[in-house]
Amino acid sequence: MATSEIVHAHAAPQGFIRKYIFSLDHKVIGIQYFLLALSAVWVGMVLSLLMRIHMIWPQANLPIFGHIQPETYLSILTMHGTIMVFFVLTTAPQGGFGNYFLPIQIGAPDMAFPVLNMLSFWTTFVAFMIMLAAFFVNGGAPLHGWTGYPPLSAMQSTGPGEGLGADLWITSIAIFCAASLMGALNFITTTLDLRAKGMSMMRMPLTVWSWFITAILGLLAFGVLLSAGILLLMDRNLGTSFYVPLVVVNGQIMGHKGGSPLLWQHLFWFFGHPEVYIAIVPGMGVTSQLLSTFSRKPIFGYKAMVYAMLSIGFLGFMVWGHHMFMSGMNPWSAFAFSILTMCIGVPSAIKTFNWLGTIWHGKVRFYTPMLFAVGFVSLFVSGGLSGPFLAQPTLDIPLHDTAFVVGHFHLIMGVAAIFGIFAATYYWVPKMFGRMMNETLGKIHFWFTFVGTYTIFMPMHYLGMAGQPRRYSQFTEVAYLQHLIPLNRFITYAAIITVSAQVVFVINLFWSMFKGPRASDNPWEATTLEWNTTTPPPHDNFGGHTPVVHNGPYEYGVPGAARDYVMQTDPAVSTSPAH
Amino acid sequence: MGLALLAVIWLITFVSAYFFIAKTWWLPTGVAAAAARIDHQFAFTYLVMGIVFVLAQCSLGYVVWKYRDRGDASKAVYSHGNTNLEIVWTVLTAILFVGLNLMGSPIWAAERFQPAEEGALPVEVTGMQFAWYFRYTGPDGKFGLTSPKLMDPSSGSEAAIGLDTSDPAAKDDVVTGTMVLPVNRQVDLTLRAVDVIHSFFVPNFRFKQDAVPGLAIHMHFTPNQIGDYEIACAELCGLGHYKMHGVVKVVSQEDFQKWLTAREAEKQ
Repeated sequence: MATSEIVHAHAAPQGFIRKYIFSLDHKVIGIQYFLLALSAVWVGMVLSLLMRIHMIWPQANLPIFGHIQPETYLSILTMHGTIMVFFVLTTAPQGGFGNYFLPIQIGAPDMAFPVLNMLSFWTTFVAFMIMLAAFFVNGGAPLHGWTGYPPLSAMQSTGPGEGLGADLWITSIAIFCAASLMGALNFITTTLDLRAKGMSMMRMPLTVWSWFITAILGLLAFGVLLSAGILLLMDRNLGTSFYVPLVVVNGQIMGHKGGSPLLWQHLFWFFGHPEVYIAIVPGMGVTSQLLSTFSRKPIFGYKAMVYAMLSIGFLGFMVWGHHMFMSGMNPWSAFAFSILTMCIGVPSAIKTFNWLGTIWHGKVRFYTPMLFAVGFVSLFVSGGLSGPFLAQPTLDIPLHDTAFVVGHFHLIMGVAAIFGIFAATYYWVPKMFGRMMNETLGKIHFWFTFVGTYTIFMPMHYLGMAGQPRRYSQFTEVAYLQHLIPLNRFITYAAIITVSAQVVFVINLFWSMFKGPRASDNPWEATTLEWNTTTPPPHDNFGGHTPVVHNGPYEYGVPGAARDYVMQTDPAVSTSPAH
Repeated sequence: MGLALLAVIWLITFVSAYFFIAKTWWLPTGVAAAAARIDHQFAFTYLVMGIVFVLAQCSLGYVVWKYRDRGDASKAVYSHGNTNLEIVWTVLTAILFVGLNLMGSPIWAAERFQPAEEGALPVEVTGMQFAWYFRYTGPDGKFGLTSPKLMDPSSGSEAAIGLDTSDPAAKDDVVTGTMVLPVNRQVDLTLRAVDVIHSFFVPNFRFKQDAVPGLAIHMHFTPNQIGDYEIACAELCGLGHYKMHGVVKVVSQEDFQKWLTAREAEKQ
């Protein structure tokens, strides 16, 4: 504590550049991350529309983009996946909201290492610029998919985009890994060292738990991807053969010998599977927080929620092989990976039951953030239940690498995580910018997005069962895929409508930021510390004093209390909580 | 708003479930020995998950409507949870998920742990950007040597896989662009790739396996119905991935012998 007070003794900066650009304030950095992710999500979303359009009208001549070739389709697919996973799903929930609210929710004046925090954001920014640059170099962006399996990704001659574009792609990811490691260290240290008096670990809001666990996952996972990426760069540029055996590309013997394509898959998925949880766990935290707040009821099974997240994080490191059942990996190991994967379904189910239990006998207030939190639960269930299909190697035989997988992971780690981000945005924007968002526009946005999501991704499960492989740029060459074209067309229409509805969100966000009605300090009548300071919070978060915590994070509906909520800083509630 | 949520969540649930139950889109017809067991496991998983899906979504819709804020002054029920309930649903889901896994495991073991049986037909499959080639041993029952130095994809078939004709065992090898198989005889498959990873996916056979450069992967399956079936590449392999397809012709034992003899005769 003593050191942190010295570090944070700096006065609020006055100049524009130190205040808004190279800021040390975790709140400004959080907003910077949020805006970066917002820009990235538009790039990623436009790319997804281009893909959907190309799939059903392969000959279309689009304005601006022209006629999309099959190889351009694959570049778009690669960049869509990479940008969404790294610069949206990893950046917004953790870098954005985590940065802004973790210190406030534990009663700290800032992150433990403010300079590292700034560095982490600007490193992420550089990574994003390098990623975008891949579009504009000779040959364009790489076509090897976001998973970048070598040998395809390891040699220039395997296809267009595998030249400089692929080098930029790997470099960008490596830099992003470094940035995420800095962020992860900062989150972990802050959570462990800077909690206010009375904020025991078991009084932390579940959002803080989720960011803390995500940071640990990041710390252990990103280092592996960083190393794997460096080896891939060496294979590409320095003539090493970590991933490439003797191969003959288009009649030419390449210079490699003795490498293993499966090595990359092991390293990549050792990162890649925890990455799924890096994307979704903060959404679980936000959903727990919001369901409790808007049901006016304590979270059901706080401890079980914490242990469930911890075990998801722990097991998440032991299941990477379920991405590789068809890879040529020893079939015996499929047993272990499969059973561990099934086990990870158990804490996920616990969370779902507890969310339902939280609403049960509550008094639900249907503000927009609550709608998105309920949407999160629904999508989490739908996306989660296709998991036990894919976790069985037997069923992976027909389903692996089909549209079924695409539907599965988009529901659970794509859109469910995005719903977490939307819920967080509607919930916290009033605190961040001092203005309420418009409820009517918010609800319109919710309904279009919720129904739209299902109409896009549920049919992909049907396509996958019928055997439609993923990453096909068109369905005209394989005879049995032709009868699936109408369903694909339906998905494209649904995607166009759903993407268009996102304009409503952006209008609402920016209009409210400047013109929305002023937000009070605690508009949702919530209990955690961020609602215990001014809106927006001052530079040191609590205006010169440190809050002292007396209660758990979700004391709603306490019998005998004057209001239906007891804030964490209020005098201790007499009925000591059961947990 | 609670009622709207209930209605929409239930509607989504029932529409989604309808298409699964009506089997509007379903697994293609299974025509290999393993298909029946895999399909059974699929259908069972699907039944169990379908029930959980409908129950969970319907409960979610129900509770948000039932426990909506009705504007009265009362407080919500003050409860921090119920440990017994937590234990019950933890144990139940663990049994369900691990049970499903154990049920499916013998099928996987049967497909992947044993080598091909005696008398299976050896066929080598080679994937390259963006074609599949199939090699049969010829009368000697042996695959001859191939060499990367001899690979010339522009000349097709034998030259494409770099067949070394100076090796006596290679002289009678038959290389084709279409896979022809006899019905009801196990195929002893050797999977190779020369450039990048491809995946040999025959939906009707319930068969999929990546072909990886540097590895020779041995698999087996038994087609059990005469007909033409499509092969689709299921691992992103470059710009022609979407058109890297092929055909498996499953024919009677006699027709297969006739076909193979004719191909060998062409080579003389």
